[in-house]
This record gives sequence, structure tokens and C-alpha cells, in this order.
Amino acid sequence: MSEFQPKIVAFVCNWCTYAGADLTGTSRIKYSPNVRIVRFPCTGRIDYMLLTKAFASGADGIIVSGCHPNDCHYTSGNFYARRRWIVFKKLCDFMGIDTRRIVFSWVSAAEGSKWADIVNTTNEEIIKLGPYDSYHKLSTQDILE
Amino acid sequence: MARIGVFICHCGENISATVDCPKVSEVAAKFPGVAYSVDYKYMCSDPGQSLVVNAIKEHKLTGIVVSACSPRMHEPTFRRACAEAGLNPYLCEMANIREHCSWVHEKGDRTDQKAIDVVRMMVEKVKRNNALMSIKVPVTKTALVIGGGVAGIQAALDIANAGHKVVMVEREPSIGGHMSQLSETFPTLDCSQCILTPRMVEVAQNPNITLYTYAEVESVEGFVGNFNVKIRKKAKSIDETLCNGCGMCTTKCPQKKIPNEFELGMGNRPAIYVPFPQAVPNVPVIDRLNCTYYKNGKCKICEKFCQPKAIRFDQEDEIIEVAVGAISICTGFDVKKTDFFPEYGYGKHKDIIDGLQFERMASASGPTLGAIRRPSDGAEPKKIVFVACAGSRDPAKGIEYCSKICCMYTAKHAILYKHKVHDGTAYIFYMDIRAAGKNYDEFTRRAIEEDNAQYIRGRVSSIYERDGKLIVIGTDTLMNHETVEIEADMVVLATAGVANQGAEELAQKLHVSYDQHRFFSEAHPKLKPVETNTAGIYLAGACQSPKDIPESVAAASGVAGKISCLFSSSELTREPLIAFVDRIAAPDYSSCTGCFLCQPVCPYNAIEKEDIKDRAGNLIKSLAYINPGLCQGCGTCVAICKSKSIDIDGYTNQQMYSEVDALLNS
Ligand SMILES: Cc1cc2nc3c(=O)[nH]c(=O)nc-3n(C[C@H](O)[C@H](O)[C@H](O)COP(=O)(O)OP(=O)(O)OC[C@H]3O[C@@H](n4cnc5c(N)ncnc54)[C@H](O)[C@@H]3O)c2cc1C
Ligand code: SF4
Ligand code: SF4
Repeated sequence: MSEFQPKIVAFVCNWCTYAGADLTGTSRIKYSPNVRIVRFPCTGRIDYMLLTKAFASGADGIIVSGCHPNDCHYTSGNFYARRRWIVFKKLCDFMGIDTRRIVFSWVSAAEGSKWADIVNTTNEEIIKLGPYDSYHKLSTQDILE
Repeated sequence: MARIGVFICHCGENISATVDCPKVSEVAAKFPGVAYSVDYKYMCSDPGQSLVVNAIKEHKLTGIVVSACSPRMHEPTFRRACAEAGLNPYLCEMANIREHCSWVHEKGDRTDQKAIDVVRMMVEKVKRNNALMSIKVPVTKTALVIGGGVAGIQAALDIANAGHKVVMVEREPSIGGHMSQLSETFPTLDCSQCILTPRMVEVAQNPNITLYTYAEVESVEGFVGNFNVKIRKKAKSIDETLCNGCGMCTTKCPQKKIPNEFELGMGNRPAIYVPFPQAVPNVPVIDRLNCTYYKNGKCKICEKFCQPKAIRFDQEDEIIEVAVGAISICTGFDVKKTDFFPEYGYGKHKDIIDGLQFERMASASGPTLGAIRRPSDGAEPKKIVFVACAGSRDPAKGIEYCSKICCMYTAKHAILYKHKVHDGTAYIFYMDIRAAGKNYDEFTRRAIEEDNAQYIRGRVSSIYERDGKLIVIGTDTLMNHETVEIEADMVVLATAGVANQGAEELAQKLHVSYDQHRFFSEAHPKLKPVETNTAGIYLAGACQSPKDIPESVAAASGVAGKISCLFSSSELTREPLIAFVDRIAAPDYSSCTGCFLCQPVCPYNAIEKEDIKDRAGNLIKSLAYINPGLCQGCGTCVAICKSKSIDIDGYTNQQMYSEVDALLNS
């Protein structure tokens, strides 16, 4: 097992993508086990500081996924998520965070196979990019030590 | 000190065949704060639940993680087990190692590691869960039924007969849906109108049902038990309380040549019309796009002849607000039209019609009074070709699914044809005959054996016109894939059943999910077939996927049962996973700075202003306050708050940060 296996964290909403990933399971569609799913009520709940937290604690890649535009269970949470992401991405670029490692997507409750595709393509992308050591070295733990 | 219990389920072999459950349990036992860890074959079974209950009591657990299927499946089960053991039900979390792990990954170390990680993350989360009390909300015992096809009719009558109020909204001028257009129905060949019309009349007469036709849902707000619905009642240009349904106006209207939608363009209607004679309500509407008065400002002939003086040219759309506790979506389906098929001439051959048009033709009240006639010249077709699966089961056309009803209605059409044209021959091109259902296979056999329907297994590649005939080119896959050429007088395409127009917009208004084909999605394909993912909103009939009448009616009665259950008590309990603004001691009162950035992002207008005043009544500070009755727990305000003054139970900042931390620092 010398091959690099990235750590990917997925921040997903309960109503669309979490349910979509459940459907991937019900349909027995296989995908990479490198992903860990964190469930939120809505993408609108996702505080982007959690993304930097995830990188700091060792993630090599991040997926943020919720309901398609207009399909949000709570009407508009995903629009706020998207708007804040646009701003946050600029900030990340400015700070030198590699935004290629953050994948933003929409997966509905009916898109089981799309979820598998997204995990697999992200996994391959991150393998190409390699471990995010430059960030991990900066992590708070190291500074504290 | 936290004392967490971890319960790893094998789910028979569903999990244990891929994930090494005893190992996961062993590793979990060593996590900080874990007081007890065990694996068991079926955690959701009775003995499994007793194991949980006893462990909570015996080991004085302060929280539990059940590592099993999706929380969408069994979270309520294990919360109940907690409550039974005297532990607050919200001190329970589930680690999804089935749908998100064993079912989607190969057996191996990385999969085991994932299961371990997921359990660790939930252990860290549950340590920070708060004991919560569920919220009680009142229930408005009125149901909204959207769509008045056979499904909507059944749902409305069943709910009304259970003693509850129903508001029905139908987009067309009359209820009845597609069933009112059908001639006779499989598998019994009973006349569609004869069985449907009495039910339609019942809807109109039931004192518990308020019917709005020519109306659509404008907006929906609120949540289960407490929806506020705005209905747009389009202007019919008629005072419905005065109109006595004499129909004088419709006979006098000079506009006579408007294609009749009910007859699918095979007949004409005036500008003021009732869609069909048995319409409910029997009140005409003026089609303003085609009415001479609205176009040119002159005419008003109908007004002159209307004895009760019911015509209202100045009538406007009306917005009606209703409060309802539950909603049933029964908006049905549609069929692809012949113009969808380039290989069959894009709908330009008059004698190629779709199945619904054949229904009208075969119907005694239809444009030909039940005679089968070529639309082009009115001749009786002696050779007729039916094409099953036209568009369905065809990925190239974007419709992979089986439309389900076409095999049966095509057999029906062949039988009806033979009953009307004794010396004619019916050919049916088909892929498979799918006739699963009570008395269904017997019915298709009847078409073949008694009515001599010529079934040819193969698809039709093209149809073109030659000397007034339609040349149908297909293959016979049971005869060495030989090319078959039939010189037909008429062709009927059993076109694919598709989602109804406007389904997507409606789903978005209601915040329910729909699939890639725009059919509404059920909450669970097997166990919650009539529920949507949004509590209090249900679905029945062909709006979910193509369905025949018995299935649509069964689903509608299922919905009525669900809604009656919901209405059986005057209060219902709601999950207390909602947001709150922190409150601290004076002089700060809260870390909230009163910027109110959160206010506009809340989709439910749940964020209010609370003024903190001193004894003299002077304002000290304005703070955000979240109304727990309105908050639905999306958490958007939590992420937007720059002073981190808002948090949300179930997904607090502490919980989420700990989860992320635990995930990766293994
Ligand atoms: C050619 C053909 C032949 C058939 N023959 C048979 C048969 O012999 N036996 C059998 O069992 N089944 C048959 N079927 C199937 C049958 O038509 C359906 O099962 C049945 O109509 C489904 O009922 P429904 O109420 O779900 O939908 P629909 O009949 O489509 O009714 C939906 C209603 O909702 C209304 N609506 C739609 N959108 C909105 C909106 N946004 N707001 C308000 N109202 C709205 C529509 O106007 C309509 O009145 C046949 C179907 C076809 C196409
Ligand atoms: S006013 Fe319009 S609806 Fe009335 S008779 Fe004239 S054309 Fe027909
Ligand atoms: S969590 Fe916040 S934004 Fe969402 S409904 Fe509740 S108060 Fe409104």
C-alpha cells in the first residue's frame, strides 16, 4: 500500500446529496473508499471555516455538495452557500489555498450514480495533485508543538 | 465524563460481508469516552434493541452511536430505544456504514478503516449532543389535493369521508384527468366515463370538499401541519354562482374552429366552452386568447344569450389563501406527441396518431362517435399498425424507463379495433409484452387468441407515405431479424408517458425532490412509496412514474390513510433541531451584535428582533431572536453570522468541528 490514497471529506446536505449517496448504496454502485461524509441539514449551514479546518486536520481534498439550484429543501440555502463560496474561493486563492482541491457540485436524491462519479473523479484528481503536505505542515498542531 | 456506547450492526451479511464488524467494535472500544462497544447481527430487531436498552441502563451510558444503516432509515427506531432506557432520544447518532460503506466499497483494509473513521467521528459528535425536547405544533386538519385526475379524486374522497376538510385545485376547467378521455379500460373493458363520472360528481357534492378548477397553486409556505397556500383561481369570465350550466353561450359563440384540447385536436370547440359534456363543474370558461371580444373588443354574443346573466368580461384572477395541514400531489402525467419522432415523420402524417387520440376515436362521445376513421380522409382503416414502446426504453431518446401502461392499452386498442372493424387486421410491433398484473396476461392473450392481433417482436425503424398508404418498416426478431414491411392505412404510436408539464415548477414551489425525468420522487422506493422527503407532503398516481388506474387509486387511498393518521391528533411532534441565538448575562446579554445579516437569509422569516430594555424602558440593545415555531433548521443563519452568535441544535459548531477533527486525526 505504498500508493497514495488521498483523504477526502465531503460536506453534504441531508436532503439531496446525503440521500443521493444513500441511493448509490441501495443501487450497489461502487466507488472509492477514500471519502468521509459529513452530514449537514443544508449546504447553507456549511461554515467555510470548516473547510480550512478539514485541510488543517489532514484532508487532501474536499467535496461540497447539495441540492441543485431551485431544488433546495429549504428554498434558498444552496444559493447562499454558492454565493459565499464565490467569495470564499477568492479569499482562498489570495491566501494561497489550492482551490483545485475543493469540488463544488449538486447531487440530487435521485442521482446515485452521479455521486459515485463525483467521488471517483475527485479521488483521481487529488491523486494527481498528491498529498496536501504544504498545508498540513502549516496546521495548528505543528505551530503549537 | 462521557460514557458512550457503540453498537455495530452486521445487518445480516449486508454489512459484515464487507466490513469486519468485530474488529470495528474492538477498535471503537478504545476510543476516548467509549464505555461499551458491541457488534450484533441485527441491531434493529427486537433482541438488538433490547441489547441497546439494557446496555444504556447497565453501563449508565450518556450517549450512543449505532453504526448501521442510514439514519434516514432507522434513526427513529434507536431514538425510541434510548427513550425506553431513560436516555434523552437526541443523545443518539448513527454512523452510516451500510449505504455509505459496505454497499459501495470492496472488502478490504481501506473499507474497514473507513468504517472505523465514521464511527470515531460520530462518537466525537455525540459527546457534544444536547438533550433536547421535541417541539409540539398544532395541526390544521384540512388537506390540499393538487390535481383532479382519478388519483386526486380518490384521495380527496377518502380524506373527506374520514371526516376531514379537503381543498382540491385543478388546473383545467374540469376535473377528471386522463381517465375522462379514455374509451374503455383494461383489463375489464368497462367504460371509463361510466365509472369515473359518478366519482367526479361525488367530489363536487361532498360538503367536506372545496373544489377550485381552472386554478393553480401560486405559492406554499410553512411546514407539516401548518402550510399556508396561495391558490390562483384564473378568471373564467363567468360568475359561477349564477351560471346554471344551460350551455346556451357555447352554442351561440361565433368562434367555432378552435382545436379542442380534450379531443387532442381531432375536433373543434368555441371560445366559451366546457371541455366535455360530463365536466365537473359544468360551468364554461372563456378562452381569452381566442375570444373575439378579448381580441377585437366586439362581440359579447354569449352575454346576450346568457339568461342568468353570468358572463363577466371584467373578471380578474383571484388569489385565495388557505391553511392546510397536509398536501397530496396528484398532478398526473402526459404522453409524448407524434412530433417527437423524426423516424415516424415528425407528426406530419395525419394518419399517424398517438394512443390517447385513439382513445378519443374509440370513445362513443369522441369526435367520430366511436368509429375508427383515418383522420386524413375519414375512411375506415383495414390495416392498422400499433407501435408499442414508441420512445420508451430508448436511451437514445432520453427515456430509458418502461412507460408500463402501453403494453396493456395497446392490447386493448387491438381488441377495440377488432370489435369495430371486423374485417380489419391489427399488427403490433413490440419489444416484450409486459402484462404483469391481475388478469393482465389473460387480457393480452385474449387480444392474440380471440381478436387475432398480429404481434411482431421488433422495432419499427421508419414510417413513410406512399400512394395514400403508410409504409411501416420494421424487423421481426423472432424470424431471423427479417425486415417486415406493412402497407398500413393508419398507425397508432404508444408514445412514452412523461412527467406532466409544470411538474418541475410545482416541485420547486413545494420543495420536494424529483428525478431526472421530472417525475416526483418518493421518500423511499419501497417503504415510503407515497411520502415525499418533505414531511406532510405526499404523492399519488402517475405524477410519480407512469401508472395505470388501479395503481393510481391504490396509491391515492394510501395517501388518504397517511393524511388521516396525521390528522388523528390535534398536535404533532417536530424535531427540535432548530437554531438559537446565544444569551449571556448582562451587560452583554448576547454575543449578537444586532447586525441582522441573518434576517434576510432565513427562508421562513423566523428571525425577529428582540429589544432588551432597562427598567425605565430605555433600549439597551437589539438582538436577533429565532422563533422556534417558524425555524425549520436549515442553518443558513448559523453560517452567515459573523460573530458566531447563532448555533443550531443537532449540528452545532462544536459538533461539526469535532466531527471533522475526529475524521482525519486517526
Ligand atoms: C392512451 C392511454 C390509455 C390508457 N388506458 C388505460 C386503461 O385502459 N386502464 C388503466 O388502468 N389505465 C389506463 N391508462 C392510464 C391512466 O390514464 C392513468 O393511470 C391515470 O390517468 C392516472 O391518473 P392520475 O390522476 O394520476 O393522473 P391524470 O389522469 O394525468 O390527472 C392529473 C390531473 O392533475 C391536473 N394537473 C396537472 N398539473 C397540475 C397542476 N400543476 N396544478 C393543478 N392541477 C394539475 C391535470 O389537469 C389532471 O386533471 C391509459 C393511459 C393512456 C395514455
Ligand atoms: S364574447 Fe367571446 S366567448 Fe362570448 S360569444 Fe363572443 S367569442 Fe364567444
Ligand atoms: S436555521 Fe436560521 S435561517 Fe434556517 S430556518 Fe432557522 S432561523 Fe431561519
